[in-house]
Formats: sequence, C-alpha cells, structure tokens
Amino acid sequence: MTPPATPAPTSTRPHALARAWTLGTRATLALVLVVVALVPVLFSTFFTSQVGLTSLWLGIAAVSLTFLSGHGGMVSLAQTALFGIAGLTVAKLSAEAGWDPWAAALAGILAATAVGLLFGAVASGSQGIYFLIITLAFAQVTYFYFAAVPTFGAHEGINGIRPPDLIGDPVQHPARMYYFLLAVSLLVFLGLRYVSRTAFGLALQGVRDDPVRMAALGYSVRLHRTLGFTLAAPVAGAAGVLSAWSNTRMSAGSISLGVAILVLTAAVIGGLNRLEGAWVGALLYTLCDTYLRGWTDRFTTWLGVVFLVIVLVSPGGVVGMLGSVGAWIRRRLPGETPAPMVPEASALPLPVSSKGAV
Amino acid sequence: MATQTAATRRSTPSFRPPVAATAAVLVGALGLLGVLWQAFEAGFGNEGNVPVFILVTLNGLTLAGLYFISASGLTLIFGLLRVTNLAHGALFLLGGYVALTLVQDSGMSWAVAALVAMVATGGVGLVMHQLFLRWNQGQDLRQALITIAVSLILADQMLAYFGATPTAIVPPEFLAQPLPLGVYDLSYPTFRIAILVAAIVVGLLFWLVYQRTRVGMVVRAGVDDTQMTSALGVNVQLVFAGAFFVGSALAGLGGVFAGTSLSLAPGVDQSFLVSALVVVIVGGMGSLGGAALGALLLGLVDQYSSAYLPAEYANLSALLTFVLLAVILAVRPTGLFGKAS
Repeated sequence: MTPPATPAPTSTRPHALARAWTLGTRATLALVLVVVALVPVLFSTFFTSQVGLTSLWLGIAAVSLTFLSGHGGMVSLAQTALFGIAGLTVAKLSAEAGWDPWAAALAGILAATAVGLLFGAVASGSQGIYFLIITLAFAQVTYFYFAAVPTFGAHEGINGIRPPDLIGDPVQHPARMYYFLLAVSLLVFLGLRYVSRTAFGLALQGVRDDPVRMAALGYSVRLHRTLGFTLAAPVAGAAGVLSAWSNTRMSAGSISLGVAILVLTAAVIGGLNRLEGAWVGALLYTLCDTYLRGWTDRFTTWLGVVFLVIVLVSPGGVVGMLGSVGAWIRRRLPGETPAPMVPEASALPLPVSSKGAV
Repeated sequence: MATQTAATRRSTPSFRPPVAATAAVLVGALGLLGVLWQAFEAGFGNEGNVPVFILVTLNGLTLAGLYFISASGLTLIFGLLRVTNLAHGALFLLGGYVALTLVQDSGMSWAVAALVAMVATGGVGLVMHQLFLRWNQGQDLRQALITIAVSLILADQMLAYFGATPTAIVPPEFLAQPLPLGVYDLSYPTFRIAILVAAIVVGLLFWLVYQRTRVGMVVRAGVDDTQMTSALGVNVQLVFAGAFFVGSALAGLGGVFAGTSLSLAPGVDQSFLVSALVVVIVGGMGSLGGAALGALLLGLVDQYSSAYLPAEYANLSALLTFVLLAVILAVRPTGLFGKAS
C-alpha cells in the first residue's frame, strides 16, 4: 500500500495541512498544560480538592506501577502496600508522635523504600503472572498487618494528619497543596524518564524484553529487577505521603485489595507503555468517580467495562489510543512523508510468556 | 515459569547448602510442636485441651476441603491454558448466590441447586473464555487483566442483585443435624464433614479422569505440550473450552459449599480468590497434588494459628498464611510441586 519508502529527509517542506496538524496538536497539548497549571484559579475549590488533588496523588501511585510495568515488565499489585507503609508511617509520626511533617515524610518514604527493597528481592525471582501474584500476596500481608495492629489505628486509621505549614490546610484552601502535588508529579515524571534513559534503565528494558539474552550478556537479571522495584518504591511512598496529607487521614482501608486493583485500573486505562498515561488514567478515573457516581449506582460495573474494553481494544491505554489516532490521521494527510514506522506494540509489555524459554 | 532464567541457573552450578529450606522446616516443626504442646500438656482427660484440638483440626481440614475444591478448578485452568483466572473468586461467589436464590426463592432441593449453580458458573466462565480470552492465548498478563476486569463487573453486579447483607444457604435436611463424633461427647456439623468428603471425591475423580481415561490423557498431553497435542489431531480448543467449563464449575461448587457452611457477602470473592491463589502457588501451579497439599497446609495453619497463637498475636493469624507463602516461594520459587517448563 505505502509507496516504496522514500528517505525521510527528502521532503524538507511538509504540506501545509500536516504543518497545521502538528501545530494544532502541540497547541492543544500546551492548552491542556496551561489548564492543568491553572486549575485552582479556573475551577471551584471542590473541583481542585476532589478531582485535582486526588488525581495527582493517584497518578503518582499509578506511575510507580507504570514504570515497573512499562520499563521493567513487572506488573505489581504491591504498590499500594508501599503507599500505605509510607502514608501510615507519616500519619503515626506526625499526627501522634509529634514529628515535623517533613521529617515524618522522609521517614515514611525511607520505610517504603526499605520494604520495597525487601519485596523486590523476594519477588524479583519471579516473572509475569507469578510476579503479579506474589506482589498480590505482599499487598495482602501489608493490609492485614495494618488492619490488625492497633499502633497504626487498625481499621479506624489515623486522623488529623497535618501537612507542613508551607502547604497549609489542604481541605479549605487546596491551591497550595495542588501546586505542591503538581511539582512533585513533574519531578517524578522527569526523574523516572531520566532513569529510563540511563544505562541502568536501558538494561532494565532489556531484561523486560529478553531476560535470557540479558543474562547471557552478563547482566544480573535479578539485580536489575530488584533495583528497578526498589526505585519505584519511593515513588509509591511519596504518593502515600501526599495522599495522607491531602486527605488528612489514612487507614488500612486505604490500601485494601480493592485499592490495589483500582491503581492497576487507573494505570491500565491511562496506558502502561507511557509514564504520562498514569496521570491521564488517574484523572479519568477520578473524574468518573466524582461525577458518574451521582448518575449511576453501578459505577464499578462501568469502570470494569471501560477497563475491559481498554485491555481488549487498546493495550496502550487512552494515551496509546490517542497516539495511534494521531498517527493514523497524519498518515492520511496529503504530502506527508510516511514517518518511519515504529512497529506498534501489539500487546502489553509483558516480559515473557510463561511458555517461553525460561 | 522458572524464577531464575535458564542462563542464571546454569551459571551457578556450585552446591548451596539448603539453609532456607532447613530454616523453613525447623520453623514449621517448632510451630507444630507448639500446637501439640498446648493441645496435650493438660493430658487426655475431658478437662484437657484435646476436645478443642480435635474441633480445631476438623475446622482446619474442612476449610482445606473448601480451599481444595475451588483451587482445583484454578489449577486445572492454569495447568492447561496458562490462564490465571483472577475472576475465579467472582465465579465462586456467583455459584453461591445462584444456589442461594434457587434454594430460598424457588424451593429447589440443595443438590439440584448446587448442580444448576455449577452449570451456571461453568457457563459464565466458558463465555468469558470464548469471548475474551481465547483470541489472546499466550498473552498471560493481558488475560489476567481481562479476568480482573470481568471480576470487577461480576462483583458489582452481584452486589446490585444480592445486596450486601451476609446470607447463608440452608443445608440439605439430612446433613443439617450435628454428627456425634463418639469421642469426648463431641459433635460436629455434618455438612462440614460432607465438604471434606466432597473434596476427597473431587480429588479422586480428577485423579481417575486424569490417569485412566482418554480425556485425561489428552489433558495431560495438553499440559505438557499444547502444540504437539494439537498437531496430533486433537481439537485442543475443545479441550480448552471443556477445561474452562469444568474449572469454573468447580469454583461455583466451592461457592455453594462455602455459602452453606459459612456465608455469602461481597468481599468473600476476593478473600477466596486470594486463598485459592495461595493454595495453588504453594502447591505449584498446575499440580493437583500440590493443590491438595497447599489446601491442607493453608487450612490447618489458618485454624491452628487463630486458636493457638498467644492472645496478643491472635489477630496476626491472617498474616501467617502469607508468611507461609513467602517462605515456600523463597525456598521453592515454583511451589512445592511446580515444575519449570
């Protein structure tokens, strides 16, 4: 169908329509970013705190999974466990032991990282579906632990968590919390993107695609998986801290299996192949959660249907779908030289089928 | 399937002392000793702790039977299709609710209701396989995500139709009376004994079909090498569909038993899914004997730990099953009877 491939650089002047399309998409993206930056100004306090704060911290939690899944081939259900460890540590230390919120946050994130190292070291031996199930077990262990231990408030949890004075009261005046969350999101995104381009990140992706070959090349598969998992742990931990600050409360219920599946749902809806998909998925989820619930009693059913359709139709999630639609339109624009085709990922970035060589 | 890649395994041929395995066995033995000490230290008289021990053991065994019935379906599906059916818990609960409705509202007898529930859950599982999973064969993570989505939908729909109040199915009349055990004047719910018997029957049937029939032969061949089996003229898709039906029907049967001896409520699906997964992983995915052993371990550890742990730790008993899982996986990453393909 496509004419014999012409070398891309020959056409130095793309057609006006193609140019307009490029400008249009970029302008839309810029507009979206401006709107995101101005949410506390443009929207009500309710929207900022209910949709803005929630989708940002949920996005950070989801991106730790997206990173693991997309770059490491590890679909983990234990991210909410790490999330809860950090969040409940912060709650305990700042609300009950009277620590400075920053020090408590640091302690919480360090605790999550340490536990992440432990989880990673045990789970890194497994792949694919085994990994999913082992991390599910970790999530359950953590949940049962926090639900049973009175130190952390058991099922009632800990209330009255105060964020640092710099942020102020997140319930009445969510704007500062929003900008803080936005800044952390940006840092996390850039940080994870940077990591994925380092030698370590590339090796991790190699391990995702072909562990046997990477092992033959002399890379320690287990070490890379463990370190990758440990690297995602402080991200999940930070999300836990930020969630505790945004909601001013945290309990064992915040990390139940349902929540672990919710984070997975958000990440899958957004797209597991791209880091930004995590926030897109989280935003979509939060929007539906906030507004659809009034409209339908069977919110979870619809969520499940959307999840199912996304997994069946577009394994790259909403972000992947937008990307393919954009590429499809671009290819049909007159005068556009066919871009060097990147083979589309036909499936989720699963490491190896269990029928593979390993 | 192996946790280490073939290459890493080959690169470390040196002998490693089985430290972890020894430690695990020692911890297990210590735990068992602790239980036995508490059970028998006060002697065998009526005032001693032996009657309680017998009841707790029976509880553990019947729970193990329940776990085995549902886990056997999961392990059958995994062993043959390599699909981790994370909707197994939802099918389990669905089976219970279908039987509940039939017994309560239509006045159907328990056994007929159980049979209908099995066919219904088997049918739902079969439809799910044919519609969503069949054309994604081999993409195991994608299939797992699909089954998660289906379980979300099923669980929410069950919440809509059956409500959130825990309800139980009335057991059949001839099993409703407690059964005298003949020792220490103890009696035990007959229905729970029936669960144990049913679990043994399911296990025996499985074994007979596996080892003695042509269908079993085809299934075993399919577990070992699907492509070769298909090349030899077996309609593998038909075998897959059958396995999915039977596996899902067993989930439903487990749900009927659980709904009769325990109760049905939202959330039961998740807790039984997790238990069944632990059982199957401990035993080794795809291994029926492993599932039996895993169910036995999980049921007994669960009951002994909640009965015999010191009171201040008793609420940690739920943790112990997962510690069991972590220890076993650290020692044998493919489970007790799992084999690396």
